[in-house]
Amino acid sequence: MSSLILSTAARLLVALLLLFSIFVMLRGHNEPGGGFIGGLIAATGFALYVMAEGAGAVRAVLRIDPRKVAGLGLACALAAGLIGVAAGETFLRGLWIELPSGKVGTPLLFDLGVYLVVLGGVVALVLALEEQR
Amino acid sequence: MAADPHDAPASRAARLSTGVGIALALAAVVAVGRAQAGLLSGSSRLVAWTWFPDLGPSLAFHLDGLSALFVLLIGGIGALVLLYSSRYLHAHPDVVRGQIFLTLFMLSMLGLVLADDVILLFVFWELTTITSYLLIGFENEKPGARRAALQALLVTCSGGLALLVGLLLLAHVGGSFRISEWDVGVFTAHPFYPAILILVLLGAFTKSAQIPFHFWLPNAMAAPTPVSAYLHSATMVKAGVYLLARLQPTLGGTDAWFYTLTVVGAATALWGSLQALRQTDLKLALAQTTVMGLGILVLFLGSNSALAAKAAVTFLIVHALYKSALFLVVGIIDHASGTRDVTLLGGLGRAMPRTALAAGVAALSMAGLPPLLGFIGKELAYESALALAGWPFLLVTVLVLSNALVFAVALLVAYQPFWGPPPDPPRTLHPAPFAMLLGPLLIAGLGLAFGLAPSFTGHVLIEPAVSAVRGLPSPVSLSLWHGWNAPLALSLVTIVLGLGIYRLRAPLVAATGAIAARLPWTGDRAYDATLVGLQTLARIQTAVLQGGSLRGYLATSFATIVVAIGGVLAVHRAFAWPTGGESVPPTAWAVAVLILAGTAVASVTGSRLAAIAALGVVGVGVSLLFLIFSAPDVAMTQLMVETLFVVIASVALLRLPALRGPELRSRAGRTRDAALGLAVGSVVATLLLAVLTVPLDPMLGDWFVRQSVVEGHGRNVVNVILVDFRALDTLGEITVVAVAAMAAYALLKLAPPATRPKGDRR
Repeated sequence: MSSLILSTAARLLVALLLLFSIFVMLRGHNEPGGGFIGGLIAATGFALYVMAEGAGAVRAVLRIDPRKVAGLGLACALAAGLIGVAAGETFLRGLWIELPSGKVGTPLLFDLGVYLVVLGGVVALVLALEEQR
Repeated sequence: MAADPHDAPASRAARLSTGVGIALALAAVVAVGRAQAGLLSGSSRLVAWTWFPDLGPSLAFHLDGLSALFVLLIGGIGALVLLYSSRYLHAHPDVVRGQIFLTLFMLSMLGLVLADDVILLFVFWELTTITSYLLIGFENEKPGARRAALQALLVTCSGGLALLVGLLLLAHVGGSFRISEWDVGVFTAHPFYPAILILVLLGAFTKSAQIPFHFWLPNAMAAPTPVSAYLHSATMVKAGVYLLARLQPTLGGTDAWFYTLTVVGAATALWGSLQALRQTDLKLALAQTTVMGLGILVLFLGSNSALAAKAAVTFLIVHALYKSALFLVVGIIDHASGTRDVTLLGGLGRAMPRTALAAGVAALSMAGLPPLLGFIGKELAYESALALAGWPFLLVTVLVLSNALVFAVALLVAYQPFWGPPPDPPRTLHPAPFAMLLGPLLIAGLGLAFGLAPSFTGHVLIEPAVSAVRGLPSPVSLSLWHGWNAPLALSLVTIVLGLGIYRLRAPLVAATGAIAARLPWTGDRAYDATLVGLQTLARIQTAVLQGGSLRGYLATSFATIVVAIGGVLAVHRAFAWPTGGESVPPTAWAVAVLILAGTAVASVTGSRLAAIAALGVVGVGVSLLFLIFSAPDVAMTQLMVETLFVVIASVALLRLPALRGPELRSRAGRTRDAALGLAVGSVVATLLLAVLTVPLDPMLGDWFVRQSVVEGHGRNVVNVILVDFRALDTLGEITVVAVAAMAAYALLKLAPPATRPKGDRR
């Protein structure tokens, strides 16, 4: 399916969707949003790009195999849990440090993990389905 | 086989694995030997570490007379078997693997006999099952070895499952997981006693190859000979005997215990000795006499008299010593001449005098001749059988017959190959290295030494074990000469009968063979039939539940929902219309109409694209409902999921051929689908209405709202719950997401090209 309108619009929309997904993930702790929703939004962006440009173009843009992205996400979530253990607390204990721009804590790393798992898993699925043809 | 592979030096890894195994075995023997002095005065040693402090089980070990005796046998014979097998398996490419398996098995056995906590005992019990599976199937390129290993695993594991339940019940009744903390008086009168007895006996009888579970043991001879020598003399099969001896103070003393053990033990002993005579393979003959020996042990553990316990413990030592020595001798014969078939063997005595000596001494103990320990054991057995309540005449007959048969088998194993007529032409022999001779010579020599020093044997080895089996101090004094009495007369009868049986072996074998051939079923056949039955059941079940039609799966799943949930709702008459509550805003009604319209289009349209788009409309409608009822997080997630669903469903479904002709469901099929769909919808709606009538407990929700900012540093409660309060749940969920995506990816990518859907849209 090659459509000039879709292909042109997709480039712009994908960038917007990716930016928006990161915004949604980051603000999730205080406003509606979070890693799960963010990951889904980003995956929607890539799905749009798959429809506009094909699976090969998406793989070229991604550079990393989406399955590795999912694996990296799991590693992030696990690491967020292990930081608590390393600090002498329980597994997955939320730890926070105060920065001038606000608080940063292990739950953010955990949420990033969720984001990456959802993104990687869904994109891997969409690509595999698309490439089967 | 190469000219002599034993000239090649052992590899570093092989020497290391052998050395570590032997060191561990000797360490166990030395440690227990040093503790033996304390055990003589009746004390025992307990050590315990915490394991699951909240649940009860602990890493508790208990060394008393019974476990000490087993440790000495397991460690002592284990060290010699490891040394032996380092030469026996020398040329085998997997010698290191074999040595490691043997060592692991030995450690599991040691753990089993030392465990005080029943859960720990069960763990070691299963470890012996698993390691023996690996050992029996050591030569895994042979189908026979694989079958035998699996059979041993399945039979002993099923018994193990029963045992687990039995042990849990024991712990429940005893009020503790620690055997040493039980009040032994409370069990036999408890209403759970019959259940406990059946479950524990199932575990012990499968492990110790009692009728009707005896068939796996001879098949397990597929293992290399040192493995058989170890598993079937002092260890694996004795685990069940150990368990019965350990639980005798707790469960014994009742009629049920006495009659079950006596009858099963006597039947097993007779059956095993009859079978042993029929074998021409020396190893199989020994395996069958192991079945006999286990039967004798079980028989004597049935009674709680001091005499029976003494007979059982003495025979335990006798059997472990002669059986392991003779297995090792058979291994040497096999190794030297290339066969274990007794009809092809003879005249080896001149060429292998030291092997013949070990075989002779061990066989004398097996035959029960003075001055070996086997003689004392047999005299004790007769004395004990004569004193047993029940049917002493029947028991004595069974014992005399079994012992006479075993006497004949002893001649068959130790006389025929060495001093019988040599075969024509004579076989070429490979001399056995000293490392292989040491084990049988030493072990057979112990049988002689223990017999010559009866007071030491009785006081140091047997007395602590007997006291532990009976749960009370029981002085033991053994002697070779008991005077002219009934047991001595029975011994003489046994010898005469045994010589006669050996002479008349051929017609006896033919007669018993004819009887055995007419048996309607054997344990082995029953095992096969059970496996075939299970496979048939699995096939039928798979054909019904997983026929391969996606429509069928969906229909099954939905019908299950209707029956399960609808059934519960109907039973509880939970049909309710919630009263009060919020009023539904008009926008929600509008969205509901939108959803209904989407549903209607999806169900009647003939175009896939239209159906997918209509389902998308339904999804968007549901997201809007979430938004109207102020759940923005859920609404956003739902919207994204629905969007992706439309994309993925389009990619997956749109390449299939158009819906026409046979692709369309029949009218009746569509009617059924519609009915099922309406049923699912009604059941779920009824369920939700019923849920709404129950007031929500706000406690948990309030707690999360209060703690969100304080503890979680976030104002979005939903997200704080997901990534902080209940992060472990989320971790599990994203793992599932990742695994599911990988599995789907693999299915799509790895499918063979032929099964991929055809038709290219481009």
